Amino acid sequence: MTTAQELYRRMYLIRAAEDAIVERYPQNDMKSPMHMSAGAEAIAAAVCLAIGTDSLCLSSYRSHGTYLARTLETDRFFAEMYGKRGGTADGRAGSMHLSAPEHGYLGASAIVASVIPVAAGAAFSLKRQGKSGVVAVFFGDGAIDEGNFWESLNFACARRLPVLFVCEDNGFAVHTPAHVRHGYTSITDIVSRFRISAAETETTNASELHGVTERLLEDMRAHDRPGFVRMQYCRYLEHVGVNEDFSAGYRSRDDAQPFLAADPVATHRQRLLEAGVSEDWIAQLERGIRAQVVRSIELAMAAPCPDESDLFKDVMTHANAYVS
Amino acid sequence: MRTLTYRDGINEALHEEMATDPSVFVYGIDVGDHKRIFGTTKNLVEDFGEERCFSTPLAEDTLVGFGLGAALTGQRPVNVHMRVDFLLLAMNQLFNMVTTWRYGSGGSLKVPFVIRAIIGRGWGQSYQHSKSLQSMFAHFPGLRVVMPATPADAKGMLKAAIRSDDPVLMIEHRWLYDAEGQVGGADLVAPLEGAAVLRPGTDLTIAATSWMNVEAMHAATILARSGVSCEVVDIRSVAPLDDTTVAMSVAKTGYCIVADTDWVPYGLGAELAARLHNTCFGMLKAPVKRVGCAFTHCPSARPLENNFYPSARHIVREAEALLELPPTDLDGEDFYSYEKKFRGPF
Repeated sequence: MTTAQELYRRMYLIRAAEDAIVERYPQNDMKSPMHMSAGAEAIAAAVCLAIGTDSLCLSSYRSHGTYLARTLETDRFFAEMYGKRGGTADGRAGSMHLSAPEHGYLGASAIVASVIPVAAGAAFSLKRQGKSGVVAVFFGDGAIDEGNFWESLNFACARRLPVLFVCEDNGFAVHTPAHVRHGYTSITDIVSRFRISAAETETTNASELHGVTERLLEDMRAHDRPGFVRMQYCRYLEHVGVNEDFSAGYRSRDDAQPFLAADPVATHRQRLLEAGVSEDWIAQLERGIRAQVVRSIELAMAAPCPDESDLFKDVMTHANAYVS
Repeated sequence: MRTLTYRDGINEALHEEMATDPSVFVYGIDVGDHKRIFGTTKNLVEDFGEERCFSTPLAEDTLVGFGLGAALTGQRPVNVHMRVDFLLLAMNQLFNMVTTWRYGSGGSLKVPFVIRAIIGRGWGQSYQHSKSLQSMFAHFPGLRVVMPATPADAKGMLKAAIRSDDPVLMIEHRWLYDAEGQVGGADLVAPLEGAAVLRPGTDLTIAATSWMNVEAMHAATILARSGVSCEVVDIRSVAPLDDTTVAMSVAKTGYCIVADTDWVPYGLGAELAARLHNTCFGMLKAPVKRVGCAFTHCPSARPLENNFYPSARHIVREAEALLELPPTDLDGEDFYSYEKKFRGPF
């Protein structure tokens, strides 16, 4: 597969898995607050592919895209959504705390910005062990309001840690727009005053984002320093939940229209065709992914619920001594 | 065995663990400066290099999150905080992140992470440099909270903490740093759990944490003059809490005073009392009593400070009330102070 095809594979998987969630969520069997990645597929696909398998990543609670782009698997993903055994934490973590350490995906947190220091620590580890690769940490633009972001940025720059800070900017922290929250004009300008490789882009073209990330990684390696990239997207759905909220008042469909017209999945498909990839190849890939998603959902629904004894499992290395 | 101070016990534990395990590193605000955290991180930079012992930016919450990231990826970090109070800045990383990560990964990730924090006391430290807060930390699942009282435990429990795959918070009382005691060599590793009887007795159980063991031993000496035989139980680990050892003592004595370095309300004394009422209700001759800091802010002025902190005097008076004894004359008694530090042995 070419890079462009690999990118499409990841984006289509994210879109198909989330479409399946949107369709089935009203059945009330997935009892977990969903923070959907729809609209941001290109960022997860591009960055996860560019950093390579020797790199690690962490993300915010809007983690479906990162998880799927990184792992390409849906069995454990859906089992976790349904709160079942076989999920990433046997149903105890839910949509906001996916993890796949075996794929280098160290986890996700529902506290804004809180994974950023963890990424710095993991990057220190990689550097100490003389390993290649970076730690990519995905966070929304709300996270740049938090102390954890600035403290980690400073610490990573001071110690030249291989952290790639990825700001997925949708213009809102929950429902509050950037101009209400920011006492400055450009986060990228400010970040670039640190000893860091910094970039930003408005495109949602996955191939371009992949290129931006690759160039940034090269610059990071050349200067032995961390990197920061701000990538823009439009969150298609509400902050939490599976519905659109363009009528809620804080934004309009007109605002979103340029992004909707340049939908990263649909436009990438079109570009593949223009580049000579056959409709058959694409359709077969899509069929395979949809079948994978359906099979994973069936497995998840049929899977057993966690045992009662699982309540106290994995809190510490031995059974919880408080409970007797 | 040789005589070693509590401070040097900590230092020796760090040296030995860093020498045997290259994944151990020490970091935090000022761990590498000329004072070296009251001498506890002495010579680590010289012996192991800046990569394994380094001072950091002032960013407590991020430093704790940094330790989590390192622990998840093969390191055994030791993060030092010069005051327990400063850890209040790190509550998010501690209890939204560090303590949850093993659970959230379905047990596939482990968090071998040690946080050392020091209780400052004396010479007008006042209310932002003197807290101990162990009950608050122990309230959350997923964290071990230990408070070594003896030099042997300072070394042995820190070594065990570094080798543990659980996050461990070790709270050290500054007044214990000069205490001397018999401390084992490189093979010394003390259990992370379990209380220990420091002084056997038959009439009254005093269960104490950290520095309060010194006060409890002093109180036991004073009470012995009135014919009261006290059993002093060093709690050692606040979480998990070994109530069985205390209950076995109470089964013998029928009376219990919990002497804690923390505030009394919602504290270790309340937890231990509730457990003792469950396990030895019929054996208690009176309700469990609690001794701790006055429920106000720590004052700077010495006369007020003396009344804020619990001491052997408070334990003696509580014991006399409990056992219906006349108050002993304590006028000539020499109590520990900032100037008159305990130097051991227990």
